[in-house]
Amino acid sequence: MLYVSRRDGPAQGVIMESATATAKTQGNGRNAAKGLAADTRQKMLAAAMKRHQYQADALIEVLHTAQELYGYLDPELLVYIAQGLKLPPSRVYGVATFYHFFSLKPKGRHTCVVCMGTACYVKGAATLVKTIEGYAKVRSGETRSDGSMSLIQARCIGACGIAPAVVLDGAVVGKQTPDSVVNHLKGWLENGSDRTA
Amino acid sequence: MDLTELLEIGEKERQSERSIRIRVCVAAGCLSANAQAVKQSLESAVAEAGLADSVQVAGVGCIGLCSGGPLVAVDPENILYEKVTPADAPSIVSALQGGAPATARQADFNHPFFTKQVPIVLENSGKIDPERIEDYIAANGYQPLYHALREMKPGDVVDTITKSGLRGRGGAGYPTGLKWGLVAKVKSERKFIVCNADEGDPGAFMDRSVLESDPHRVLEGMAIAAYAVGATQGFIYVRGEYPLAISRLQTAIRQARKLGLLGSQIFESPFDFRIDLRIGAGAFVCGEETALMGSIEGKRGTPRPRPPYPAEHGLWGFPTLINNVETFANVPAIIRNGADWFAKIGTEKSKGTKVFALAGKIQNTGLIEVPMGTTLRTIIEEMGGGVPDGGAVKAVQTGGPSGGCIPAQALDTPVDYESLASLGSIMGSGGMIVMDQQNNMVDVAHFFMEFCTDESCGKCVPCRAGTAQIHHLLSKIREGRAIAQDLDTLDRLCAMVKQTSLCGLGQSAPNPVLSTLRYFRPEYEAFLSTPETASETASDGRGPASPAR
Repeated sequence: MLYVSRRDGPAQGVIMESATATAKTQGNGRNAAKGLAADTRQKMLAAAMKRHQYQADALIEVLHTAQELYGYLDPELLVYIAQGLKLPPSRVYGVATFYHFFSLKPKGRHTCVVCMGTACYVKGAATLVKTIEGYAKVRSGETRSDGSMSLIQARCIGACGIAPAVVLDGAVVGKQTPDSVVNHLKGWLENGSDRTA
Repeated sequence: MDLTELLEIGEKERQSERSIRIRVCVAAGCLSANAQAVKQSLESAVAEAGLADSVQVAGVGCIGLCSGGPLVAVDPENILYEKVTPADAPSIVSALQGGAPATARQADFNHPFFTKQVPIVLENSGKIDPERIEDYIAANGYQPLYHALREMKPGDVVDTITKSGLRGRGGAGYPTGLKWGLVAKVKSERKFIVCNADEGDPGAFMDRSVLESDPHRVLEGMAIAAYAVGATQGFIYVRGEYPLAISRLQTAIRQARKLGLLGSQIFESPFDFRIDLRIGAGAFVCGEETALMGSIEGKRGTPRPRPPYPAEHGLWGFPTLINNVETFANVPAIIRNGADWFAKIGTEKSKGTKVFALAGKIQNTGLIEVPMGTTLRTIIEEMGGGVPDGGAVKAVQTGGPSGGCIPAQALDTPVDYESLASLGSIMGSGGMIVMDQQNNMVDVAHFFMEFCTDESCGKCVPCRAGTAQIHHLLSKIREGRAIAQDLDTLDRLCAMVKQTSLCGLGQSAPNPVLSTLRYFRPEYEAFLSTPETASETASDGRGPASPAR
């Protein structure tokens, strides 16, 4: 659940513009926001809100669930959650943008997280980031234009004992060097192969 | 559940133990080094050798020496293997039967890294299976809770904690008993307990390790606290970045509930207590207690002025007790062994032990627990084995972005709250990062200030604008564009942010800058000279600039 893993995959096709508008959520008579496709994920999200009894306090929990289901938080998704929890959309947007964990943009098929905690930093994490930026031609915090990979910096993943650490699609690998990390990324970028497909 | 049943579970567990126990560390560090595969191949090697009746392979929490992961320990021989690969498994098993020595490298349990430790919080860490409550009960777990609920009055529990001298392990060191007493005194229909597991300091992983290795100890500590102050609901606010800790806590809570050790009428007493998890979403400021409470309430994690303190006005306005993971983890041991036992460990003002996460430029990285008052030199040189490849320690960073850099000449300082504060750092939650000559201190200060600028919640101006200005000034210095006067401005700016910020984040954000200015001023001054000199220093041990987020 931490990093957008392969399971979450690309978020394309999530929000279908032609969605059959208002799907009723489970039993509560609450209407879904226009534009949010009535699919399994939406049902699961509705169930999560119900489980929290539509309490405003559960907003962060619900956002976690939504991001797990959809991979990122689309504005339409935020509106849907705001309606479900009876909160002003501004409040939902405010919370979603306050926390680093939540992403309002879709991520790439693969995610490379470089830990920039102090221990990793003193052992050369900044060089790793530079190397990856150069190799994959993607800026830190962004996704490659072909959607193959996102590069993210983490505050600290608590794997200080094996610094510098990198998280590749959810799997932590320690004691990285510029060469070893490039080796890991090769498979992702070459011929645009997508192991997750 | 009563005491007899509890003891029976423990007894049954002990009887089911086989004569030889192979412990494989399955905490996050070793797991990322392939510990799960090592465990599986050990299991199949045991089965193939037909030893399943006498040898048990157990996944345990953190054994401590993370740099040697994956770690495998063998009982009762007390052998520790490091950097074990799945291919080593058959030889480890055959060595048990008197065969040739195992191919895996043997680490030394008699190294000061292990012998100088006094485990209280980490007592079970690396010994028990964190996913089995029976294992914790067999290690006498939940007996202190029984003792507190059935044989002590709430006031006695508070008194015991007060007498023990336990202080908050989250960093500030507020006396725990005093805090409990305040919450206990307030009359209210509802009270809450919060466990702060939002271990945000980069370079610290003590709490993660405790939660991954011995989650029941934290639950038990919280339950004892709840009984003492009269609370019925607890929350653990844990970082979203710790998926393994989250899943082990969920398992632990479910198991405890099933056995009636959490829930209604615990140990057939009128005491009810439930614990829920709240998952953080990546905001450093949420380690601050009022911001953390805001986050539990589903809001942006912005701090508010204190008083009123959470003891009077906490979650949803009700009295709330907030303690750190390690603080709660000390509680069962204090109840079991008594306040006097605990008070004998440590120094006059800082009692007990402290868990530190050793990382950075140090031979033995990992987790240690030492009595308060142990010197930094003992920790870094004896236990940690010093800087690898014969390098020299330049500085030790404690307390994360709120702490400071302690220079090598102060290594003989005993580790306690007051001594570290007098050096311009703080105890903090326990991260200890060693830096060598390769690390430029202006660079380090810049790194932390970038962190604080980004993590400032934006509510108060001194922190929001001040940290940005300090960061800007540090960039200017690093780029060789600064003049001597800028260092004075930096000093003044730091003092202003320190004195006028709303919460601990802003108040302590200047510490890394102030401490490096104090001890490593020549490094700042080296950047001030002419642009030519500045570019020379650039190739001399300066780390690369950290990219902006």
